[in-house]
Amino acid sequence: MAQSIPPRASKAAATAAAVTNSIYKGANTKAEIQGIAFRLVLLSALGIALIMIFSIIAWAVVEGGQRVNPGLFLNNPSSFKPEEAGYRPAILGTIQLIGGVILIIVPLGISAATYLELFADRTRWYNRIIELNIQNLAGVPSIVFGILGLAFIVRGIFDLGFVVAAGSMTVAILVLPTVILASREAIRAVPSSLLDGALALGATRLQAVRKMVLPAAAPGMLTGVILAVARAIGEAAPLLLVGAATFVTFDPNFWEGGYSALPVMIYSYAGRPQEEFHVLAAAGVLVMLVVLFFINSIAVWLRARFERTW
Amino acid sequence: MSSSIQGARSRSEKNSLRAPSPRIGEKIVISLLFIASAISVGVTIAIVISLFAPLPGFFDYVSPWEFLTGTLWAPSFLDSSFGVLPLVAGTLQVVFYALLIGIPLGLGAAIYLSEYASTRVRKTIKPILEVLEGLPTVATGLFAVFWFKPLIQELTPWLEWTSPFSIGVAGITVGIIIIPLIASVSDDAMRSVPVALREGAYALGASKMRVAVKVVLPAAISGIVASFVLGASRAIGETMVVLLVAGGGSPQLKIGFTEPAGAMTAFIASRATGEIATGTIDYYSIFAVGALLFLMTLTMNMIAIFFVSKFREVYD
Repeated sequence: MAQSIPPRASKAAATAAAVTNSIYKGANTKAEIQGIAFRLVLLSALGIALIMIFSIIAWAVVEGGQRVNPGLFLNNPSSFKPEEAGYRPAILGTIQLIGGVILIIVPLGISAATYLELFADRTRWYNRIIELNIQNLAGVPSIVFGILGLAFIVRGIFDLGFVVAAGSMTVAILVLPTVILASREAIRAVPSSLLDGALALGATRLQAVRKMVLPAAAPGMLTGVILAVARAIGEAAPLLLVGAATFVTFDPNFWEGGYSALPVMIYSYAGRPQEEFHVLAAAGVLVMLVVLFFINSIAVWLRARFERTW
Repeated sequence: MSSSIQGARSRSEKNSLRAPSPRIGEKIVISLLFIASAISVGVTIAIVISLFAPLPGFFDYVSPWEFLTGTLWAPSFLDSSFGVLPLVAGTLQVVFYALLIGIPLGLGAAIYLSEYASTRVRKTIKPILEVLEGLPTVATGLFAVFWFKPLIQELTPWLEWTSPFSIGVAGITVGIIIIPLIASVSDDAMRSVPVALREGAYALGASKMRVAVKVVLPAAISGIVASFVLGASRAIGETMVVLLVAGGGSPQLKIGFTEPAGAMTAFIASRATGEIATGTIDYYSIFAVGALLFLMTLTMNMIAIFFVSKFREVYD
């Protein structure tokens, strides 16, 4: 084929290519430098965020790592012996608190998501209000939930007093929108053919939802619950308002007596002037970060293990 | 004749697609599910009641005008004063510095994720970014107090670092926390811009950078604005970082990077830790500040939801 092209034509083509190339290349280097610089700027934006994460972890490890010992978990707080003070009541308080949160958010979150995604008629005004409302609640500052807890749960209608149960309810309400939104997404990811198939075979709507859709969406919903729990563990601001007293030297009881929680206790230790207490606070942060890392890994594993592309 | 109509009717009833039983159980279950989702509305109503019901009691003591325009916030002074402006100024300064950092960095990260990164890179980086957002704010705040603030102090020796607290450092820290939020909402908006728009620009000879900045960015602007508004709303509501880094605040109106300044959230958190007596003016002031905070974030969230729904409408 190549030989059949007349020499003049091929020469013309080569010249044209060279000319185009020279023009294009000149423009190209400038654009290329600009492009590379732009890319570097973008990457540095990501880099700063990543550096922040690693610096926070590094701070906790460097400052608090030396202080991690059994006493940190087993000892009661002390205001004058920072070397022996520990997080025992705070850790027990957080465990009870999270237990209560799970008991509340799992049934409520999954029911609400199931209704909104599978049963709600979106043309009805009340369903639209519920949706808008959940979106809005997700953006309400956590401290406002603390005020709600103080006015309605600690005092007011529920009148529970400053107990773990009140903290659980407050934090559960706070993370509920997250659970609902994540569960809805999990349900939405299940193809409608599953539901339609079950209905076509004569299943009732409830049977189809219970036996086909919900099991398929379960891993996604579980991931949502786990991430909500992770958020609940680190939440300090609303607990300050619903009475996670910062200094408790006894094991908490769910329904009565004062309690503390890990992030609140950390905050309280950090506020003391002695250097040793700051180390103790960093050690507490380290414990919290390890727990969160573990929980997040479970969520990632679940997602990877059960993720299905339909 | 009438009998034949009745016959037809009974036949059609027999063959109808209606369920043979009224399915009362199903209706009960569905209404229970409905109630579960309606609880969220109940929560909002409860929030509004708990914030606004104590207000008349508060405004008996302080006039709304004095509350909104006063420049001295001293609830625990003997001669107490309830002008909320110092707290609002603290919050707005946090928002200002947070957006100053969060907008360029968040948007930069979003452009990289949506226009440059391969699917694999995006799938790795996005969850890592979410870690930053999910870190307990106590941890971030303490890091900022013990490491980050000294670092900034070293880097800016020309500033007057007289106080252990700094509203500017608090704002910058919050700004870094909101990078993932701004990045992920903007990234979603930019990725919903149709590929055809990009390809059209490439066909006209535009470079990748031009496509990103001149085509994708303007096309996704409503979602990007929404991400900024959400970031601002998150910055307004951030409590622990501001409380730890900027302190409970001073009663006077103070503006400046190195000043200790109380924000609204920090005031609520610091005030409520003590056993505060119900019914005192001190107690009411928590609710008054909370109500103002709630109104501010509610407005911003509504604006953000409006902008998000706008870009969804255009391209979905």
